This record gives sequence, structure tokens and C-alpha cells, in this order.
Amino acid sequence: MPEAQTTSAEEREFQRLIDADQRIEPRDWMPEAYRKTLVRQISQHAHSEIIGMQPEGNWISRAPSLKRKAILMAKVQDEAGHGLYLYSAAQTLGTDRDTMFDQLITGKARYSSIFSYLTPTWADMGSIGWLVDGAAICNQVPLCRVSYGPYGRAMTRICKEESFHQRQGFEILLQLMRGSAAQQRMAKESVDRWYAPALMMFGPPDDESPNSRQSMDWKIKRFSNDDLRQRFVDMLVPQAEVLGITLPDPDLRWNEERGHYDFGELDWSEFHEVLAGRGQANSVRVSRRRRAHEDGAWVREAARAYADAQAAPERIAS
Amino acid sequence: MIPKTKNVNPATVTAESIAKSAVVAPAGVASYALGLGDDALILAQRLGEWIASAPELEEDVALANIALDLLGHARSLLTYAGSATGVTEDDLAYFRDEPEFTNRQIFEQPNGDFAQTIARQLVVSVYFAELYRALSGSADPTLAAIAAKASKEVDYHFDHSYQWLLRLGLGTELSHERMQRGLDAVWPFVDELFRADGAQADVAVDPARLRARFDSTVPPLIEEAGLTIPTVQPARGGGRQGVHSEALGPLLAEMQVLARAHPGAKW
Repeated sequence: MPEAQTTSAEEREFQRLIDADQRIEPRDWMPEAYRKTLVRQISQHAHSEIIGMQPEGNWISRAPSLKRKAILMAKVQDEAGHGLYLYSAAQTLGTDRDTMFDQLITGKARYSSIFSYLTPTWADMGSIGWLVDGAAICNQVPLCRVSYGPYGRAMTRICKEESFHQRQGFEILLQLMRGSAAQQRMAKESVDRWYAPALMMFGPPDDESPNSRQSMDWKIKRFSNDDLRQRFVDMLVPQAEVLGITLPDPDLRWNEERGHYDFGELDWSEFHEVLAGRGQANSVRVSRRRRAHEDGAWVREAARAYADAQAAPERIAS
Repeated sequence: MIPKTKNVNPATVTAESIAKSAVVAPAGVASYALGLGDDALILAQRLGEWIASAPELEEDVALANIALDLLGHARSLLTYAGSATGVTEDDLAYFRDEPEFTNRQIFEQPNGDFAQTIARQLVVSVYFAELYRALSGSADPTLAAIAAKASKEVDYHFDHSYQWLLRLGLGTELSHERMQRGLDAVWPFVDELFRADGAQADVAVDPARLRARFDSTVPPLIEEAGLTIPTVQPARGGGRQGVHSEALGPLLAEMQVLARAHPGAKW
């Protein structure tokens, strides 16, 4: 009996903090399902950053100017940094980084399916920045106010860098659209390929998103998939006009009554195919990271052995 | 002899600031800057290959960081070198053929495994640290500023490779063996770093002067890591004269492919 009372007091305190828009910190009591959902969400985000290094890393060696090479290198480096903050945030919930990373390289964990697409042209560096990072920002800005403290603080830092990335992507496309006919074709073809997949990054329509309700109640998710998607489209249309690029949706038009842009149905069958592992690069992405990890095992082992040997005399002394 | 004109601020010197300042490098200085710029560019390109493939995420970040610093040095040096003939950093990086590249051969060598990359990084970081420290007193104010800025950065690069030298040298039997092999693979290209390149004495640093510092610094570190100083014959070299190993051609082909497909394009 006393135990049940303690639990409910803890639950009440948890709910009080959530309702008051206060932060849950690592030492606070939290429901097991809240903890699990967060570990899954944060680690998936971390994995996405790590896997997301590859489609852009593909162009570091071939970037067409030294300035663009430097910007791209810095961007991919930021992604590794974001992955590291997020793994740290998830670790505060009691799951260690090695476990999470192992789930990634053994194919047990998910990462954003957008990174299973390929980057055959330089313009894809622009589209990823403008569309993919743009969608990520719409998703992530609300997460700066997420109920779990370490996650919210990591997101605040990440969002600052993401907005740079989006601007840089836009600039790549703008430069291409001001360039030769071949460069303009490259930009348009790339935006045509990335537009719909970027819209799908917000997840399935609200009526097909069963886990959303609980996450909204816990303030782990602050807006619905469809709301965020609408916000993204509203942001994109005027930017596309500046670029002089027509977005590949014949149904896209301003709706005076709603005060938003209407847009066409997305082909969700493609989304589900990629999610099921049948995208262009699913297996390539995971196996590349696994190979790097396996090839580097001897390096990590050496670092551990060296650290142990360094620590040993101190242990004896104390 | 270059007249000591106005100083350039090392804190703010970049490829962009040099391009904007309309400073023109005297011919002798330009060819010297070109060699140093090529060294940094080619190594940055090599290190970039590690990104997303490093042994751990922290090393993806660290190697990218070093590559970025080197790319920054390359951009400033190439921009300055190009000012003598009215060409840009990108004209120099993307539209010269292999025999026109004047980097020394150590910089173009393939990465090998992580130990070999660390071995090369240890050697070149000590070399860069001594070079840029000396060059920050150059009579040429632009070179002096670029060197002063770079000098602070390469000190960190040295620390990174030194820490890994110890971990790998003293870590496990396997890492010890690989670290030794890495040093052995890199060592034939050390000698070329210190050969005279005929640059103007008051502007450039005499590479022979750096040799003594290198010889008093690096061997004790290798011994501290429980490793042996390689006893291998030096490679013939010739990078400053445009003579390169087989590794450079494919590196340039990859680096230049897109820019050359669209000559005259802006990116």
C-alpha cells in the first residue's frame, strides 16, 4: 500500500511539471513509457544525423569551389557534432551510446528515411540544405521547448546550426539558378526529386499516426505532423519564388480562406517502401557506418588499453 | 627585398579578405605561396576522405576540423599566389594539371589505415608548426599574417596526432605494430619537406633551418610511444618541381571533375 501511494505521488509530480510547462530532468521520476519513447526518439534523431553525413559527404571531394568545399565539410562535421550531443542527451535516460550505436549498425534502429535517398548531382547539396534541413527545422524548433531538459537544450544548439545549413543550401540553388542553362537544369531536376520526400519527413498524415497523441500529451511532440507540414509548405512557396523554381505540385495554390497554401496528395506508397528498407540506399548507408566501426575497432581498443594503463598507477597509489 | 608595407591582421586574414584587398604578390612570393597552398590543399583533400569513415564519431569531427583548418590556409595562400597573375584560388585548384601542382609528395600520399594517417599528421604538424612560427616573421606582410593565424591552429593538430601516437604506440600489440608500419610508410617522404626550394630568404623560411627543430622534436616522441625511428631511404621527391607519385592523379581527377565539366561557371 505505501508503495502505491509513493508511485502516485511521483506520477502527480511528473504530471504537474508537464502541465506547468516545466522541464523534466534526468534525476526526476518519469513513467517508463516516457523514458522509452524519448530514448527511441532522441536516438533515432542521433542516428539520422550520423547517417545523414553520407549523402552530403559524397560531394566533399568533388565540391566545385574551395569555398563550397569548406562549407560542406563544416556542415558534415556539424552533423557528427549533433549526433554526439543527441547521444549524450539520450544517455541521460540510462541507455549508453554503445548500445544505441550498435542498434544503428546492426540495422535494428531506425533513422530518417530521407537519408536513404541518393545524391547524384551537386544540386542535391542545395536541395538537402534548403528542403531537408528546412523540414528538419520546422520539426525541431518546437522541440527546443520539449518537456525533457537535456533534449530541449541539445535542440536549441542544433537549431541554430541547422538554420545556417538551410541558408547555405538555398544559396547553392540560387547560385545555380543564376548560372548557365546546365546549372539551372541541375537545380530544377534536384528540387523535383527532393520536394515530396522532404514533405514526407513530417511523418504520415495525422489520422494514420497512432503514437502522436501520447507524445503530444507528454510535450515530447508539440505540433501534429500535418500542422508542421503545412507550416513548411507555407514557408517554402515564397522562397521558391525567389529562386525562380516551380515546385513539382500542380495542386499547390494559395487558399485565401484558410490563409495557407493548399497542396496535393503525397504518394505515401513510396514513403512506406523506403521505410520498409526498400529505398535506394538503405543497406549502403548502414553498412558503410558498420564498416567504419569495424575497421576502427582496433583503434578504439588501443585507446581503451592506453587509458587503462594510464589510470592503473593512480589506482594503486590511492 | 620587399618594402615593409602596412601590416595585415592575422586575426582577420582570409581568402576573401586577401581577394578584396587587391594586394598583389611579387612573383617570387607568389610561387612560394603556391607551393605552401598546394601542400595544405592536397592534405585537406586527403583528410576529407576520412569524414563519415573514421574509427569513432569524435574522430570524424577531429579530422574534419583539421581538414577545414588546412583548407582555410590553402584558400588564403592560393588566393595570394593567384594575385600575381590575376587568377583565383579556384582557377588554381581546379584548372591546373598534375605537373603544375607543386605540393611536396608527403601530402598526396594515400591515407592508409588510421595509424598511417596519424603518422603523416604527426610529421606534417611538427613541420607546419615550425614553418608557420618562422614565417610569421616574414618580410611579406600577407604571408606573415596567414602564417601567424595558421600557427595557432597547427599546434592543435600536433596535439591531436601526438595523443594518438601514444595511444596507438602503447595501446595494444596490434596498434603498436600498425603505428610502426605507418611511420615506416611515411618516413621516405620526410626528407623532401626540408629540401631547399630556392625561395627568397627574407620572405620565405629556409626549410633546412626547420630540419634541426624536427630532428630534436619528433624522434623523442616516437621513442616515448615505444616505437622505433624508421631507417628507410628517402624518396627522390620533386613535388615542388611538379614531379608526383601515382597517388596525385586520381585525387585531382576526383577533386576537379565537376568544376571542369562547367568551365567558367560560378558556384
